[in-house]
Amino acid sequence: MSSNDEIIKTENLTKVFGSGKKAIKAVDDVSISIKKKEVISLVGQSGSGKTTLARMLLRLLKPTAGKIIFEGQDVTNIEGKEKKAYWRKVQAIFQDPYASFNIFSPVKKVLLDAFKLFDNKFTKEEKWRMVCESLEAVNFRPDEVADKFPFELSGGQRQRVMIARAHLIKPELLIADEPTSMIDANLRSGILELLLDLRDTEGTTIMFVTHDLGLAYYVSERLLIMHEGKIVEEGEADKIISEPDHPYTKQLIADVPKLSEEWLLE
Amino acid sequence: METLKLLFKSPKFIAGLGIFVFLFLTAFIYPAVVDKNPFEMVGLMYEAPSSRYILGTDNFGRDVFVELIHGMKTSLIIGLFAGVIATAIGVTIGLFAGYKGGTVDNILNSITNIFLVIPPFVILILITVSLRSRSLAVMGLVLGITSWPWTARAVRAQSMSLRGREHVDIARLNGASVVEIIIREIMPYILSYIFMAFVLQVASGILNEAGISMLGLGPSNVVSLGTMLSWALLFESVRSGAWWAFVPPAITIALITFSLYFMNTGMDEIFNPRLRS
Ligand SMILES: Nc1ncnc2c1ncn2[C@@H]1O[C@H](COP(=O)(O)OP(=O)(O)OP(=O)(O)O)[C@@H](O)[C@H]1O
Ligand SMILES: [Mg+2]
Repeated sequence: MSSNDEIIKTENLTKVFGSGKKAIKAVDDVSISIKKKEVISLVGQSGSGKTTLARMLLRLLKPTAGKIIFEGQDVTNIEGKEKKAYWRKVQAIFQDPYASFNIFSPVKKVLLDAFKLFDNKFTKEEKWRMVCESLEAVNFRPDEVADKFPFELSGGQRQRVMIARAHLIKPELLIADEPTSMIDANLRSGILELLLDLRDTEGTTIMFVTHDLGLAYYVSERLLIMHEGKIVEEGEADKIISEPDHPYTKQLIADVPKLSEEWLLE
Repeated sequence: METLKLLFKSPKFIAGLGIFVFLFLTAFIYPAVVDKNPFEMVGLMYEAPSSRYILGTDNFGRDVFVELIHGMKTSLIIGLFAGVIATAIGVTIGLFAGYKGGTVDNILNSITNIFLVIPPFVILILITVSLRSRSLAVMGLVLGITSWPWTARAVRAQSMSLRGREHVDIARLNGASVVEIIIREIMPYILSYIFMAFVLQVASGILNEAGISMLGLGPSNVVSLGTMLSWALLFESVRSGAWWAFVPPAITIALITFSLYFMNTGMDEIFNPRLRS
């Protein structure tokens, strides 16, 4: 089943780490489909295989078995130029805003480096203009922040730089792996808003990866519930919250007692 | 910058650096200023130290002090050369093996292990057979080629622990090549470590030069600290009681290596905060 409004899907995607007795099936026979321009969340507890699945979708990690189909094309084994073209369309924001930065690179370098994906398509002036626009899009003043080094920025500011990077590349699919879990609670909704802006202004499909069902429900239209490497439930966020099927989903919901209220207060 | 400042507050590092710089300057400035040929036979065999020859003469009647300075220069050049070669090879192989993992790592690891088990002397003897003369460059090269494996091992472990970091993933998502990633995302993080390994490699280069020269496989046509020891051994200076023929070069070797080890320990304490007292 392949429809026009599907951006990416997986077929029986599996990742096994190690071999023999110590083998860990981190992702187990996962077949999912993500629609264009939707915001979808991959929810599961720590160790359920979310990051492994996300890294396979990003083509940072080789699957043990299964396929990844992006816009109708099998991208499971693409390399070189094709992979670079894929990364123009599929990008990421990671959990740890500290580790995401090379401590030796100032902000502008983090952004300018992304132009590698575009093979000198732009002049120096164009690049700089685009960098400034992206920084402005995440509410920075470019001249204030461009020359700053990561250690001069807070976690929230760093994550905004990473969002500016996504803004610059304008991917079709953005995978955000726990983008707010290491950020001060009072800054989280600001970061989420900036991410959701990307969908509204650029039409970016966004996949949130999180262990926080409340947050997932707050930001997304659909949910994928992951448990021990398997997707145990998927569907409309409202529907899953009101009528969960799988016992694991029920347990997750029970763990977040005031689900709707908590996030509506923000 | 902050760490550099800290470094200069470490007594061990300062002491090591001070001794090393002093010896280094002596070895390079003295021969340039005082034009004396270390091979010139100025006296009789094993003349005791006197006001004329402060460290006496050796078995050929040559001035030990002049030999010592020239020998120090030779040994430093060979040691530095060996250190650069060993560090360059070890760092390159270690970075690639650690970053790539898998098959590349297995192959590079096997090569490293092969070099670890072949004694340097065997390779040196093989090279000696094929080459008529052993220049300083050849000596440095051979000593470097035989001692890079442990640098490779240490760097591999560091590289491995860095490759999973998120900034490496970001660089990959930028389409950066493996070489770019290794040079820009991995190497800068272990520069201090590489420098420490380099310092130790220089020390071991100087020690190995001495060891190999004592076997009579030292550099040709120059005096080194090792060849001085070799002559002293060959001409039975110990039995003759001519301590001035072997004690000065031995002490100098010890001083140079100790100064380097001191620098290394000083750096270790600064760069590895766990050890900071
Ligand atoms: N490189 C690896 N080598 C071996 N095992 C791994 C590796 N990466 C992940 N795993 C294992 O795979 C399983 C899934 O890990 P994963 O990081 O995908 O979980 P997660 O859902 O993202 O968890 P978290 O919420 O803690 O980030 C875990 O058991 C983990 O130990
Ligand atoms: Mg994770």
